[in-house]
Amino acid sequence: MKSKVKLEKRSKGLNFQDLILHLSHFWVKQGCVLQQPYDVEVGAGTMHPETFLRVLGPNSYRVGYVQPSRRPADGRYGENPNRLYKHSQFQVILKPSPVDVQDIYLKSLGAIGINLKEHDIRFEEDNWESPTLGAWGIGWQVLLDGLEITQFTYFQQSGGIDLDPISVELTYGLERICAFLQGVESVYSLRWSEDKTYGDIRLMEEQQFSEYSFDRSDAPAIRSEFELHEKQAKELLDGFKGVEGKERVRYPLLAAYDHCLKCSQLFNLLDARGVISTTERAALMARVRTIACRTAAAYLSQIGGASVQREARA
Amino acid sequence: MKAPVADKRVELLFEVGCEEIPAGMLPKAEEEFRTNIEKLLTAESLSDGVSVETFSAPRRLTAWVRGLPVKQADIETEVTGPPKSVAYDSVGAPTRAAQSFAEKQRVHVSDLYLVQTAKGEYLAAKQVKLGRTAEQILIGILPRAVHDLTWPRSMTWTGLDGPRFIRPIRWIVAVLDGKSLQVSVAGIAAGRTTRGHRFLGSSAVNVSNFLDYEKRLQQNGVIIRPTKRQDKIAAELDAHAKKGSYSIHEDASLRKLVAYLNEYPTVIQGNFDPAFLSLPDEILITVMRDHQKYFAVENKSGELTPHFLAVINVGKDSKGLIRAGHERVLRARFADAQFFWQADQKCRLADYLPKLERVTYESRLGSYRDKVERIRTIGRWLTENWFNLGMVLAHVAEADRAAELAKCDLATEMVREFTELQGIVGGLYARAQGESDEIADAIYDHYRPVGLDDPIPRNLTGCAVALADKLDSVVGCFGVGVIPTGSSDPYALRRAALGIVKIILEKKLPVSLSLAIGAASKALLTHKPKRGVTPDQETQILDFILDRAKFVFREREGFGYDEVSAVFRAGADDLVDVQKRLVALKAIRKSKNFEPLAVSFKRIRKILEKANVAPGNSLHVNPELFENAAERGLHTAVRDAASKVQGQKRAGKFQEALETIAGLRKAVDHFFDGVMVMAENEAVRNNRLALLAELLREFTTVADFSEIGGEERH
Repeated sequence: MKSKVKLEKRSKGLNFQDLILHLSHFWVKQGCVLQQPYDVEVGAGTMHPETFLRVLGPNSYRVGYVQPSRRPADGRYGENPNRLYKHSQFQVILKPSPVDVQDIYLKSLGAIGINLKEHDIRFEEDNWESPTLGAWGIGWQVLLDGLEITQFTYFQQSGGIDLDPISVELTYGLERICAFLQGVESVYSLRWSEDKTYGDIRLMEEQQFSEYSFDRSDAPAIRSEFELHEKQAKELLDGFKGVEGKERVRYPLLAAYDHCLKCSQLFNLLDARGVISTTERAALMARVRTIACRTAAAYLSQIGGASVQREARA
Repeated sequence: MKAPVADKRVELLFEVGCEEIPAGMLPKAEEEFRTNIEKLLTAESLSDGVSVETFSAPRRLTAWVRGLPVKQADIETEVTGPPKSVAYDSVGAPTRAAQSFAEKQRVHVSDLYLVQTAKGEYLAAKQVKLGRTAEQILIGILPRAVHDLTWPRSMTWTGLDGPRFIRPIRWIVAVLDGKSLQVSVAGIAAGRTTRGHRFLGSSAVNVSNFLDYEKRLQQNGVIIRPTKRQDKIAAELDAHAKKGSYSIHEDASLRKLVAYLNEYPTVIQGNFDPAFLSLPDEILITVMRDHQKYFAVENKSGELTPHFLAVINVGKDSKGLIRAGHERVLRARFADAQFFWQADQKCRLADYLPKLERVTYESRLGSYRDKVERIRTIGRWLTENWFNLGMVLAHVAEADRAAELAKCDLATEMVREFTELQGIVGGLYARAQGESDEIADAIYDHYRPVGLDDPIPRNLTGCAVALADKLDSVVGCFGVGVIPTGSSDPYALRRAALGIVKIILEKKLPVSLSLAIGAASKALLTHKPKRGVTPDQETQILDFILDRAKFVFREREGFGYDEVSAVFRAGADDLVDVQKRLVALKAIRKSKNFEPLAVSFKRIRKILEKANVAPGNSLHVNPELFENAAERGLHTAVRDAASKVQGQKRAGKFQEALETIAGLRKAVDHFFDGVMVMAENEAVRNNRLALLAELLREFTTVADFSEIGGEERH
């Protein structure tokens, strides 16, 4: 009897939190730094400085983290079983890209309980691009029995800068994968832990933030916030030009990047509110991209300087 | 001395192992891979009797080269040295000069011989340039065969100095005559170890030649020949259809795509809730085909049944897990579609018009809302013209309504999710909301035709909206300088122009292209964005559309290059008229008078060009100045024929008109036999030139014969 209960439990698939734990564990064993979600609102794990900035420059790096990703226009007041205002990505960056990266990735699926021999897994062309970050890459969406579970990208550019070496970015859609593992139709009925569902934990957030971003956000106020953040980012970036020596290393470009992220999120809020025309849309995106690209260029020169200094001290 | 070059022929197996290459690019890459290898072998004089076949699967491009010579042929040359008198002394012994020549040529003195030249006898030596071995040559050219492949967008996977390809290259197999070839591609040394299917085979499979490779790959879950994969899919689709008593909703391009998406394709059947069948077939099929790459199936009366056939990349699905997964994904997709279908129709199609203001067509041409007004204006202009010409099916009000609603679906959730359903969704919503069939069909069809083989809109109202939309696109984009180039045509203007041509020709519509372009220009000026189009731009637009028309006449309707040139040179504005003239020209071409007359016309054109007389000149023929019967005869014949031809043209009897013109041959021949055009007397000469100019002017309005028989150009 006992073993039967155990079997049933296994066949139910990992809880949401266990999925995160298993992936974290797997990638830590692959030499990744386990990072935390970024504490500024972002639309995707790529925007975390651990991706956007770390892929720049020559230094090797491996990192994994969960990133809650806010997409105000995708909210459905908690009424759609698959669409969310905020979903969770598990993001992995491998820099430089290892030759057996596809195999390693497939092993990670094994680690979360997917028996590769019993399923149909394929890599289907899907190139990724983020116009607001000036970033793009070549890769696939990974399909598991027809379900898109991961975006697999060889990053080619970030912040408008050609990357060298090339990083691989793996973005797991945690809710989808978990729904697959647990065999449930609605994201809200996912088991988050043994006694709590995804709905218990997140439904209220979905309802309220959908209501806020579609119906109650103050568009003029958001516009002026956008201007303020853009202004601060620009001032910071302008200020970096004249800085020399030791001051250069501690110059707050990371703060400029935070303002850039704020702009991006505020833009998404305006978009969800339906108050920007298509032409304005393109113009606002270009403004965010300009800051992102300038930040990337400045950051690259800053870390270049840092490594020179380390050498000098050694 | 000379080693006998064995006529031995050997085989090369060459495989480029990659991470998954996009399926849609494989057929072209496979072909290009073959031509690259052929060209490179030819350049090395190594291609005689060689056959190159290429194959591909998602993770590999493979070449099988048979009949390769083991080396290039040796090339023998003869080098001459000193003259005999210097080379041999009085007793016939070789001199120092002969010895140093032999040393220089690295041959024995005894191998030297004498040759007879124009200057006398000279010493000579034979030199053999040894052919390089196939092995040496292949090591040089195989990396290029890979490197020279062209892709829409390539990548690097190591860094800026690293190799570029469509996806990372991970292994190389190169086996020449059973031995591995020491070649390196993209920084990877070739070996004889390939990889099987990711999940069905071994990751290291040793191979010794192509047939061995093909067999071992098969054992390791990879069918290397795309045709075999396609056959396997076809057989399994048929088996399922038979078993389930349904038929496949035919889709040739999907069959091809799935053959290139899978290394070991297997067909499985899945099912969905019959309740979803209440959604329109178009939506169900689009979701299945475009998003999931499933085949839809239908019963004997052509209705969809709640099943689908999916092609998976593994051999079996014994536990039904894969089927269950695909069913779940499809269920979510259908549920989305159903949600959109209901949500979109909470308001009427016309209510989406204001939302089109936020959908940009082109930044300088404004929004789709602006475009709608222009389409309406052009559509009204077209249908009013047709109505005035007595076309009873030209319904101005219906065309206007259809144009007003045509773009509304761009603002619906359904089209935002399934963009390929634009037009179709609008048509379906219009019908569901009580618009007439005529209007609903017109909306549904107005993006058509989307290619050479796509049908044109079903009814005249749809044709009017489609023409108006396409005219506005072409005129507007040219007006703001968005002109297609060889590689870039972001607004699909070629397709739009081709659509204009196809609709006019297939529906036999009376449309003056220049006036229609003028109407579209006017619409652009009188409606937002109120931009003008210059006369030069209008000419450029007309030429652009006529280029497509020429293409259609040549490639689709089988007219000769010279026939099309002749007819277009005589004027082309009404394409239906052009078509009639082409048919007439083709019919009369076989008659005996025709080709010789064409030669005469060509001669006339040359004479006039040389004398700097434009055909449209103001010279008048003065019969008083004629000096002999031949020119008088031609003049009479021209005048008689001209009035006859005009009547025949007016009656649309182009073939008869051309026959009348062909009848001039005798008079023209007489003229050239008996008259010297470039006479000494200036008045006489000008009179003769005037006669020829009149002839050319009068008789090149159906087709310009001087173009006929020109060299075929492509």
